[in-house]
Amino acid sequence: MDNETIFEVEERDSLLVHQGVIRVPYTWAAGEVASRFYIGLRDKKIYGIRCPNCDVVFVPPKKVCHLCFDNLTEWVEVSDEGTLETFTIVHYNEPELHPMKAPFAYGIVKLDGADTGMVHLIGEADLNRIRKGMRLKAVFREKLEGNYLDIKYFKPIQRANHG
Amino acid sequence: MDRAAIIGVGQTKYERGKTKNFAELVYEVVRKALDDAGMELDDIDNVVTTTNDFWDGRTIACMAIAEAAGSYGRDATNVEGDGTLSSFYGLMRTLSGVYNSTIVTTHCKVSEGSPRKLFNQAFDPVYERILGLDAISSSALQARAYMNRFGITEEQCAMVSVKNHRNAKNNPYAHMPLDITVEDVMKSPLLAEPIKRLDTSPISDGACALIIATEEEARKRAKRPVWVKGVAHCTDAYRLGERDLTYSNALEMAARKAYQMAGITGPFRQIDVAEVYDAFSYMELMWYEGLGFCGRGEGGKLIESGKTEMDGELPVNPSGGVLSAHSVQVAGMVRIAEAVLQLRGEAGERQVPGAKDALAHGINGICGQTHCIWILSNEES
Repeated sequence: MDNETIFEVEERDSLLVHQGVIRVPYTWAAGEVASRFYIGLRDKKIYGIRCPNCDVVFVPPKKVCHLCFDNLTEWVEVSDEGTLETFTIVHYNEPELHPMKAPFAYGIVKLDGADTGMVHLIGEADLNRIRKGMRLKAVFREKLEGNYLDIKYFKPIQRANHG
Repeated sequence: MDRAAIIGVGQTKYERGKTKNFAELVYEVVRKALDDAGMELDDIDNVVTTTNDFWDGRTIACMAIAEAAGSYGRDATNVEGDGTLSSFYGLMRTLSGVYNSTIVTTHCKVSEGSPRKLFNQAFDPVYERILGLDAISSSALQARAYMNRFGITEEQCAMVSVKNHRNAKNNPYAHMPLDITVEDVMKSPLLAEPIKRLDTSPISDGACALIIATEEEARKRAKRPVWVKGVAHCTDAYRLGERDLTYSNALEMAARKAYQMAGITGPFRQIDVAEVYDAFSYMELMWYEGLGFCGRGEGGKLIESGKTEMDGELPVNPSGGVLSAHSVQVAGMVRIAEAVLQLRGEAGERQVPGAKDALAHGINGICGQTHCIWILSNEES
């Protein structure tokens, strides 16, 4: 069932505790900006949006600049490579929330050409060697679904150590 | 700003798995606040509650507890967010000239929901929500950014946890009074690096209420009114990637505005006691900096100096802070209630002797997106 509410009752010292589950289907319009961002990913292109007043490129893009309140319309393509600004390695599992099994890493990546960071997963990485400032590259999902995990994760860029 | 005062406070003990329901918790603190103020419900002319439908597991959750807050036949309204924000709204209603005395309530039973799943719902459903971030993992990103930038150590963060859990031993309302060492914190299980179990706040249930009155009403009723000298609230960008995670500009702006209203030019020197929203140990150090208690990047040095300990120049979180009791949207109002008790000289074992001016701080949103500052005093001017 899409919308089920399970009721169970526990009793302790003559006090009852009711247990239930709330599962409510919902739809969210992505809006024109996020829609265009996801459609861009189909061609493996990452688009940001630039505020001409503040000279800030927002990635992921958004409709209104929070700094000057202007309506943003200037689309710019940014690189699929960037620099890690901060990260964490998660050691607990939340199977219904986490796309990866612990231990795994989240990071904030500033893509080349962007002025804001993208919060994302870090994959294909030796967790002990993740460092602020390291270079990362987007890995795209094979079959795109139009959501944030169309970029599966960012992986470390291996520096060539031969030839 | 016209004068207003806090003339009554009520709190529950904070603990996990409280058996009272939401309305029972709200009634407990409203009754306590009225008794504290020497008032009856007839003396209250408006009610502000604080609810979050996700935490309460029902929609229009405010209506379900409104009666317990004294809403019947009165103007009752609600704020979704931290208790410092509903208190701010209660203050504004008090100052509107329409009402004399406002009761503000907040409650939360964190243990009854699914905290990580509920916090995840704070993220944008069309962007990052699907990553599965929650309060711990998102705060870990902030903690690392802050610590990396200024060379703050995990041990310095741990010292906050040691101090606040020790302070909690003097607070009968606290959930987690603990005798722990820096080593205990360092050895506690890693949750999301650099955050470890003992760097986090507990899952606590509880409620809190305040009575805010006009100057005239406060003079008529209160033996020891606590005057609101300054209050301000400021908001940062929504997305973590668009903020300076190493320093809270929103906190600095809120603090500056509240200090200006209160005539405070040297906060560390002029404030006698501070209660801040330390949901994680590193936050207290970051908030020291945003509040101007020390320079940027000097939070680690300040905790090491001992100046924010109970016997220091500016004791921070004598109650044990949020690290020792975290009923989410209750926690900010508790900071105000604790400041009021300090300024009335009624804080028992956790009393800071002779406190005259106090600061209370609340946060709302992911990693402290917004900050609310209250400057309170037991002196009229």
